[in-house]
Amino acid sequence: MQAVNHMRRKALKQGSALSIFGLFVNAGLVSPSFAQSAWNQAAFSAKGVADVVKGLGGAAPTPTKDVSWGSTPEIAENGAVVPVAVESKIPKTESISILVEKNPSSLTASFTIPAGTDPNVSTRVKMGETSMVHALIKADGKYYVASREIKVTLGGCGG
Amino acid sequence: MGQWTKGAAVAAMLCSACFAAGATWAQSGDATIKKIEEYRQALAGGNPAELWEARGEEMWKKKTGPKNVSLETCDLGLGAGKVAGAYAVLPKYFADAGRVMDLEARIVHCRMTIQGLSAADAKKQPFGSGTTRSDNEALVAFITSESKGVKMNVAMSHPKEREMFEMGKKMFFFRGGPHDFSCATCHSETGKRIRLQDLPNLTETKDAQRAYTTWPAYRVSQGELRTFQWRLNDCFRQQRFPELDFTSEASVAITMFLARNANGAEFNAPSIKR
Amino acid sequence: MSDPMRIRAKVEGDKTVVRVLMSHEMETGQRKDSTGKTVPAHFIQQVTATHNGKTVLSAQWGPAISKNPYLQFQFAGAKVGDKLQVSWVDNKGEKRTDEATIN
Repeated sequence: MQAVNHMRRKALKQGSALSIFGLFVNAGLVSPSFAQSAWNQAAFSAKGVADVVKGLGGAAPTPTKDVSWGSTPEIAENGAVVPVAVESKIPKTESISILVEKNPSSLTASFTIPAGTDPNVSTRVKMGETSMVHALIKADGKYYVASREIKVTLGGCGG
Repeated sequence: MGQWTKGAAVAAMLCSACFAAGATWAQSGDATIKKIEEYRQALAGGNPAELWEARGEEMWKKKTGPKNVSLETCDLGLGAGKVAGAYAVLPKYFADAGRVMDLEARIVHCRMTIQGLSAADAKKQPFGSGTTRSDNEALVAFITSESKGVKMNVAMSHPKEREMFEMGKKMFFFRGGPHDFSCATCHSETGKRIRLQDLPNLTETKDAQRAYTTWPAYRVSQGELRTFQWRLNDCFRQQRFPELDFTSEASVAITMFLARNANGAEFNAPSIKR
Repeated sequence: MSDPMRIRAKVEGDKTVVRVLMSHEMETGQRKDSTGKTVPAHFIQQVTATHNGKTVLSAQWGPAISKNPYLQFQFAGAKVGDKLQVSWVDNKGEKRTDEATIN
């Protein structure tokens, strides 16, 4: 219950903040980098899809195939740099999160997609070993998940 | 196992993971190579090497050192201050130094003679690690980026250039060290690999061209931009040879041999590698 | 003092495609250095991209984003000549904002 209220407060705060905020940013009074809420420690410490979704304040995600993985490779020559591209085809996508199942903490990144921005992000993640990689999509308040395996020939966490 | 030769097998014994990887490779080698190529291509756009290039360009133009001058009058082989295309003609004999120099040796020379740095300072930290930056790597990244697309054109007109080439060739085939390795042990047959890293056959033109024209590179496994001097230094380490001194005559000789063998190919670095 | 980001923002069709390279160690806090000492965690936690005062992307990152992070996204509503800002804040509170002109 608390998580839901927290998310709602955060959403309201961000919603109203953006309009006044935009004004301040344009006037050069505030730097855009202060726009965000606190780093989600719970989500970034969680392991596995279920725990990460919980940390993000959501309910169990529905498996989906409406996600395109773009140029995400099936094999990574080195786990230190694994390119992951996720495009959500689900309408009203609000956020895209990328999880590496077997990493010590599964959540690598969580992107918030404002209106006007394509639900399509690319980045590079570290993978300690061959693992399932999940794209967690939040659309219209609900969570969806698409998964694929990426093989890693050499673990990338410090070797 | 038909593709394995004695040399590669010895190399394989040095790393325990090899035998497991070997079985998979023999069965599905081509498919795996294709998938790894996809990985490499996915990395091609957005090369962190650009961060080093930007830093190097700044460093090239910055007034620094005891003489408080920039490097902009340094002659990299095409005349004072000319950076564009210079990497494609190196290594080269420089009269003002009386020796053949590769890019990194030339950078050291200019930092000493133009900026007044001591030899120790000019050669300090040639390869960076984490938060310890290397000026050399930044300068190499910038200077080589200005030769992208240029055809390799290493001349051998001066007798010292030929001398270095011949020395480099001899070194390439010279077996030594505790494992009796030479560069040729790993790099003189087509289709060899160590783990899943394919080994270019440096005695074959196409492989030799591709290998030389893709260094320097952002080496993902290092998290750093690595230069050709680094590559040679690391090869020596892997062969358990004594350390290859940075910008030494030995390092320039091998570079001369390998660069000259890449002539005609388009230079394509800084690239990104595993 | 961190290094500048490399930001490329290009109009392609009716979208602006943004490609960013950031200079950051993205240390996980799990690695040990050559002396055996654990290297402390040091990674970007928040990323924001804005155009004309509007946030066009925001993200929270963990230490598993690769060193020298790369980010690509695209949005509508910008034209050549507009400015795009990208900012990051890391777990030590260090921050950086860089700006690029959309071309």
